[in-house]
Amino acid sequence: MAQIKVEALDKSFGSFHAVKSASFTVEDGQFLCLLGPSGCGKTTTLRMIAGLELPTAGTIRLDGEDVTMNRASARDIAFVFQLFALYPHMNVRRNIGFPLKCEGIGAAERDRRVVEAARILRISHLLDRSVSGLAGGDRQRVALGRAIVRKPKCFLMDEPLGALDTEMREAMIHELRALHDRLGATTVYVTHDQLEAMAMADRIAVMNNGVVEQVASPRDIYDRPASLFVADFIGSPPMNFLPFRGGLQTGAEAIRLGERDVAIPAAREAMAETELVLGVRPEHVRFTDRGMVRGEIYGTEYLGTTQIVTVTTSYGALKARSPSSRSFRTGETVGLDFRPDTLSIFDKASGRAIRTALHEGVVHG
Amino acid sequence: MAEVEIVSVSKAFGKTQALSDLSLTIGDGEFVALLGPTGAGKTTALRLIAGLEQPDSGSIRIDGRDVTADAPADRDVAFVFQQYSLYPHLSVFENMAFALRAPTRRVPEADIRTKVQEVARLLHIETKLDNKATQLSGGQMQRVAIGRALVRSPSIYLMDEPLSSLDAKLRGELRLELKRIQVDLGATILYVTHDQTEAMTMASRIGVIEGGRLLQIGSPREIYENPINAHVAARLGQPAINLLPAALFGRAPVGAEMVGARTEHLTIARGGGDVSATVKRVEHLGDQSHLHLDLAGRPVVTLADPEAGFGAGDVVSLRLNKPLFFDANGWRVAA
Repeated sequence: MAQIKVEALDKSFGSFHAVKSASFTVEDGQFLCLLGPSGCGKTTTLRMIAGLELPTAGTIRLDGEDVTMNRASARDIAFVFQLFALYPHMNVRRNIGFPLKCEGIGAAERDRRVVEAARILRISHLLDRSVSGLAGGDRQRVALGRAIVRKPKCFLMDEPLGALDTEMREAMIHELRALHDRLGATTVYVTHDQLEAMAMADRIAVMNNGVVEQVASPRDIYDRPASLFVADFIGSPPMNFLPFRGGLQTGAEAIRLGERDVAIPAAREAMAETELVLGVRPEHVRFTDRGMVRGEIYGTEYLGTTQIVTVTTSYGALKARSPSSRSFRTGETVGLDFRPDTLSIFDKASGRAIRTALHEGVVHG
Repeated sequence: MAEVEIVSVSKAFGKTQALSDLSLTIGDGEFVALLGPTGAGKTTALRLIAGLEQPDSGSIRIDGRDVTADAPADRDVAFVFQQYSLYPHLSVFENMAFALRAPTRRVPEADIRTKVQEVARLLHIETKLDNKATQLSGGQMQRVAIGRALVRSPSIYLMDEPLSSLDAKLRGELRLELKRIQVDLGATILYVTHDQTEAMTMASRIGVIEGGRLLQIGSPREIYENPINAHVAARLGQPAINLLPAALFGRAPVGAEMVGARTEHLTIARGGGDVSATVKRVEHLGDQSHLHLDLAGRPVVTLADPEAGFGAGDVVSLRLNKPLFFDANGWRVAA
């Protein structure tokens, strides 16, 4: 197993700057998700780690060894693609064993390892079936089998669940994470689906326009987003943003929002008066008649356990998560306030989160 | 708008029975969602109402009139497909006006203009009307496709997973908008989806369909709180309901084989108790944490407050408040 260290990685395709000075470390046995919208550079980063693309600048170290210019085949990694290509004329056993055959491993050893891989993936009963009749989930398990049978130092996966339908994907998320826990192999996993990343990863690197905006545990990414982009990309529904103009002094414990003071985690840096944004997660919006922001109920979305309530306010539409036992009428006037210790403040121009006591909390994960 | 009735409709394609004796009434102004996995027969139901397929038996009635033998054009329905197909050489305005310009309709030009602008405003694409259809983002194109249906005032809108090709964020926004538009217009909609969130958040009633049969129909709350069988119980809720041996949490009624435990009905306390479980893994999903527990060798997933601070290896005790019991075939047994 291995540590992967990516340092100041750059990649340009002609005039298009796909990856801009990306740096992060995946510790031995860790599961890291590269998360971002399409075109953010996450797949390019993964392909550079695999050796399928050469970086324009920067280094990649596997277990301390500089492999930046090594060929893909010399890197001892296994790549799992979104569109898994299985050999249609071979059965499951031969598909899984094929990489070992290419390495010249003998039939007895090969069969032992294929049986082992199939057992781990719980597809032992399918070994002698043709791959053409398999369901989507089972085909993806066979593709994974082909990767794990080689016992590589690390796994690189490019949206391996992207082609599956919702229910199968949810089941596979847990299966993949359980598989990772059993194998303990260092894994880099690319996805655009924040729920997938939150559910599976030890750490998430959020990318936007080629830049790694934050690398942290899922909990930190959610509770302490480093930028407006991260705060908006993570969470369903995403964080609410209330734009306001103001300044901050170090130690300040409130901001002025309209006519009212809103308590915030104590500021740890000073900001001259400028355009700022207050960030509030939907579950930290509370309904109270004495609330600092007033608005009108626009609609509710029943989700069983909870409901999402959309409220039209002078700051735009705000979303609140509330127990589904409470009922709201469309058009009803409500007051809102926010749980002070959870709030984020951003500089609107740069998108950067302003340092506050929020960032001094316990480091999770 | 009008009431639409499907009466005992069956349809087979070769040896595949796509729909078996489906009966369903969509009331005037109602938003009904058919929820089911791929191959459940949802799209076939839409196509039968639209007249794109003929039933083997049964009938379709629109506003009290039997339309089973009518051609699609005579049924006065509007269909929104999963894959939007816009005319690439036409502007957004012309794409939306297209259906109104059909020679059989003869809508005056001034009325067309008013109607298209009104619908474009509802869908927040009023500034895009002069753009070519190809100069739009995916989300905007899908809104144009929906708009093309909304400019008409048919008996019913038939929508086949219209949001599934959009990204998660846009889907969330359009869900709320579509519901709002439906209420404002008083539109009758039959909406087909495999996404429980869409069905739960938009529909006044959900029909859960599986293997060509309608298992249950009711308001989202009725279906969620009072499912008729284990399959329906498992279709709704995130995380999914835990299905466990009936007597795990104490006395079970006669005939019960399984007990369903919804996450919000499980109370977790630190330390062992009558029903002890071990924490295997904690998933921090942001607003909530999923606890993966091992309960007598069975996996149980439940919600926990992110600040509760549970960790792998902790032993907890569980209590179940509102058990849902099911018999050996999965049917509900009264508690």
